[in-house]
Amino acid sequence: MDLTNLTIPEIRSALTSRRASAEEIVRAHLVKIEERDREIHAYLTLSPERALAKAREIDHLVASGAPLPPLAGVPIAIKDVILTRGVRTTCASRILDNYIPPYDATAVERLEAAGACLLGKTNCDEFAMGSSTENSGYGPTRNPHDLERVPGGSSGGSAAAVAARLATAALGSDTGGSIRQPAAFCETVGMMGTYGRVSRYGLVAFASSLDHIGPFARTVRDVALVLRTIAGRDPNDSTSADIPVPDYVAALDESVRGLRIGVPGEYFAGLNAEIADNLQKGIDLLARLGCQIKSVRLPHTEYAIACYYIIATAEASSNLARYDGVRYGVRSTGYRDLREMYEKTRNRGFGAEVKRRIMLGTHVLSSGYYDAYYLKAQKVRTLLARDFVQAFEEVDAVVTPTSPIPPFKIGERIDDPLQMYLTDIYTVTADLAGVPGISVPCGRTRSLPHLPVGMQLLGKHFDEASLLCIAHAFEQAGGFAAGS
Amino acid sequence: MALTEKDVRYVAALAHLELTAEEVRKFLPQLDSILDYVQKMNELDTSHVEPMAQVVTSASENPALRPDVSRKALTPEQATANAPESAAGYFKVPRVIDRER
Repeated sequence: MDLTNLTIPEIRSALTSRRASAEEIVRAHLVKIEERDREIHAYLTLSPERALAKAREIDHLVASGAPLPPLAGVPIAIKDVILTRGVRTTCASRILDNYIPPYDATAVERLEAAGACLLGKTNCDEFAMGSSTENSGYGPTRNPHDLERVPGGSSGGSAAAVAARLATAALGSDTGGSIRQPAAFCETVGMMGTYGRVSRYGLVAFASSLDHIGPFARTVRDVALVLRTIAGRDPNDSTSADIPVPDYVAALDESVRGLRIGVPGEYFAGLNAEIADNLQKGIDLLARLGCQIKSVRLPHTEYAIACYYIIATAEASSNLARYDGVRYGVRSTGYRDLREMYEKTRNRGFGAEVKRRIMLGTHVLSSGYYDAYYLKAQKVRTLLARDFVQAFEEVDAVVTPTSPIPPFKIGERIDDPLQMYLTDIYTVTADLAGVPGISVPCGRTRSLPHLPVGMQLLGKHFDEASLLCIAHAFEQAGGFAAGS
Repeated sequence: MALTEKDVRYVAALAHLELTAEEVRKFLPQLDSILDYVQKMNELDTSHVEPMAQVVTSASENPALRPDVSRKALTPEQATANAPESAAGYFKVPRVIDRER
């Protein structure tokens, strides 16, 4: 039995039948990381002592015959923008090279309370700004399915770790697609709940009105198990919603027959032919499963990237003002006064993409430009959110491609920021509207080297259950199983 | 509207970023093309549209309010543990106020 290949229910049954101990499961992952992560580079920091301590705790529970918590012995990876008490958290930025958080993010605390074993922290684009994990201050992560290619981003390390069996599940963060797009590129399942569904306490802020924490796993059931654990009201995050969390796992077995699924033409116009082909097969499968496929309109989609890159950078320029070499992180040397200390610290500590976004955000908020850019973008955001409200009067969910292109080669797009931004076209809309989204594997491209394609499902506010149910039925019926 | 190197330096100063001459040259066309692209929003008439600052869902009624009671917090030592320079639970920074010359 390959202990790195197990799903969460399989881990549970291995533990309860005493076929494997939690310590053996964690050690198998640590060995695999040792073997494979030199080439993939999914992890920035490992926390083996913490994982093993939790595993032994679980093994004691097993030995004593006590009931096991829901994620007992599940090896997990955490994106390095999410705080872990006592475990270095860099945001993949040199400016936080030595940062040791004094507390855990709520999502991390809940996962460990549920028995999960924290293997380490995963690579990402610096401060989650990017679509390829190439913007990491510590070098890129490689796609486990093709080492020449990017794993997507910004949560590329989490997606690659799950795809390469270097973790059973992982947490990522999604501000403009940073969970769903790498999930698609690495052939895993990735989900972003409704804004407010999962507490952001302990998530390092990038764009606070758009940031989400969410899970990656190799099956929809595992994603549902992790989401059920981390979702729900947290007094430490005033934007976390006080709405009961339904049993997402029970929802998986509901029937999808009769559910109305909308196909927005705006997301398919001019689409890469191979991705369009896979999506059509995916939609046909949903129809065979008894879903009612309807055409819907999301008419403002073409303005989403413009709107997103104004709002996200404006919020980022404000959130990242705190990195000034005073309270945490690396302080530069060779300054004459306070202002020079700030400027040298920030210019040496931040990478090019972070500086570009801070510049853009500062410009659009600056005197004389605020109305033309920021206020305008906030109004366009209203129109984009309304598009979804109207569409969801007619359908229960919307199906789209996750990414307009398959995983691209490392270095291929890094020199043209605007072209990189445009790859987020199908994912930023859900963050702007605050609706939940999931990406599930939808086969491989026909031509060599047969790259992963993701199908995205978007749903109504707080209706994660329907998305999980549809995604689960699709996964079970499609032969589009994750992994290789 | 085309950005100039002067604009880039002005914004960098607002953002407390000391850009090199090479960075200014590199960022100028990139920022310019992004700002040019976002003009696309002007195709939309938004004169009667309310701005949206936050996703507000009907169920989150006053989530920000909680009883005004003191709670456990980080100690000054914990709070300053990551500071590049600190002493006795305070952050240390270069002199801010100049003495008279």
